[in-house]
Amino acid sequence: MDKLSFDIAHLLAGSMLVLSFLLLYQDRITAVLNVFALQAIALSLSVAWQSVAQGAPHLIVTALIALIVKGFIIPTALHRIVRRLEIHRGVEQVIGGGPVMLTGLGLVALSILLVQPIKEGASILTREDLAFALAVILLGLLMMITRRNAVTQIVGFMSLENGLVLAATGAKGMPLVVEVSVAFSIIIAFTVFGIFVFRIRERFDTVDVGALDRFRGEQRDQL
Amino acid sequence: MALTLDLVLQVALQAVQMFLVVLIAPLVLGVTRRVKARIHRRIGPPLMQPYRDLWKLLHKEAVLAHNASWLYRVAPYFVFATTWVAAALVPTYATGLLFSWSADLIALVALLGTARFMLALAGMDIGTAFGGIGASREMMIASLAEPAMLLIVFTVALVAGTTQLSEIAATFVHKSVGLRVSLGLAMFALVFVAVAENARIPIDNPATHLELTMVHEAMVLEYSGRHLAMIEAAAALKLVLYFSLIICLFLPFGMATGEKTAAALTIGIGAYLVKVLVLAALLPIGETSVAKMRVFRYPVFLGGAFAAAALAVFLLFVSRGF
Repeated sequence: MDKLSFDIAHLLAGSMLVLSFLLLYQDRITAVLNVFALQAIALSLSVAWQSVAQGAPHLIVTALIALIVKGFIIPTALHRIVRRLEIHRGVEQVIGGGPVMLTGLGLVALSILLVQPIKEGASILTREDLAFALAVILLGLLMMITRRNAVTQIVGFMSLENGLVLAATGAKGMPLVVEVSVAFSIIIAFTVFGIFVFRIRERFDTVDVGALDRFRGEQRDQL
Repeated sequence: MALTLDLVLQVALQAVQMFLVVLIAPLVLGVTRRVKARIHRRIGPPLMQPYRDLWKLLHKEAVLAHNASWLYRVAPYFVFATTWVAAALVPTYATGLLFSWSADLIALVALLGTARFMLALAGMDIGTAFGGIGASREMMIASLAEPAMLLIVFTVALVAGTTQLSEIAATFVHKSVGLRVSLGLAMFALVFVAVAENARIPIDNPATHLELTMVHEAMVLEYSGRHLAMIEAAAALKLVLYFSLIICLFLPFGMATGEKTAAALTIGIGAYLVKVLVLAALLPIGETSVAKMRVFRYPVFLGGAFAAAALAVFLLFVSRGF
């Protein structure tokens, strides 16, 4: 039973990492949003399984928040934004698909190597969850760096936050109040982002953040 | 006396394996073509058509270019021979056959690499532009697919503790290896690699001789008669080989792993044939649902396979703690 429980936790956390890679790989904006929703669902399943495995009922609330807010509300809202901006058919020019994937693999290896020395005082499950969570966070950051569309940058940020929740639930004893406030801050951040995206669009007629560089006094050859 | 009988039996079982793959190969090709035609709402050629094609080609005159060297004439037989050896080594219906000790995954990759090298040389031998471009593209695909393939080998070898196909299959049948994300990722990557290696859509279109984007057909464009028959047979055999590899590594249930009784062997052969037919029906469904890719998109497609396989190895390292 213990092995099975470990295997299921491994499967769910591992699938989150795989979905993070899929986010990096996709270049169609609607596909990115769908993969993001899937990742949030995987996160909520993983958290729910942690609550069963650790015997911590309050984690169920965390799972429900992740499922409802990040699995349904935010992707739906992003879909609406994308449709109103009329970029839902757009194919984003990802900066160097191959190098980004290789960098992503390197980041995963790095996070595994970082977590690997933690041997004492941590179960193998915690260690594995930490490694996966760190990798998801780093991949979210990588996505924010490499994308130029403001909407996909938001997705990168949100997937980074998914990694934070995964890390927090892997460690025992995260208070519920922290999780609730994190969820609220996410919603507020999302609202701010949404307003900003429309502002950028109004001002520059595009949501490509490369257009902003001119106003920072930077030069870029291609737009 | 009993020892001789045993040896005869073992040789016979190995021979069954060898001839099974070569005999069903055209049929498998026929099934994929038939299913694809049905999806396109055409009637499609009869299932036996690939056999008839091979028969016809074997009786036709082989036309050679004036400047073709001995390499050009030897290559088809060489390609067929190496592919056949590789296909005969992958366990299909039973493990622990006479030559199973030599069925090593890395050796298999090497055999296929040799066949491809020979075919690329033959493509460049007579010096037509088409053969050259086909060969260069084939080599590009190979250089992208082989790292992914080797990482798949590492993943499976880390789980099973060996690179010998027969033992891997036996391990997966008997020991419970648990829910492994890594194996799922490795299977995903192997399917990608198989699609690329067998020149199927979205990498290459096996049904065309007109498109400028073709790869495999461009290399063998100048072949005719019995040479072409050998190459077509080798291509069909390679498809069966990849099907067998997927079955042996990821769906080995039903394989005769223990005592070779008649019942176990019958179940093994039946299960193998059913699994091959299912895969042969799934392939054209997948092919129909995607579009042919531009050549410059191949690195992205195969890079996905590489990333999945690399991720599989990483995940294994995390869960095992090095």
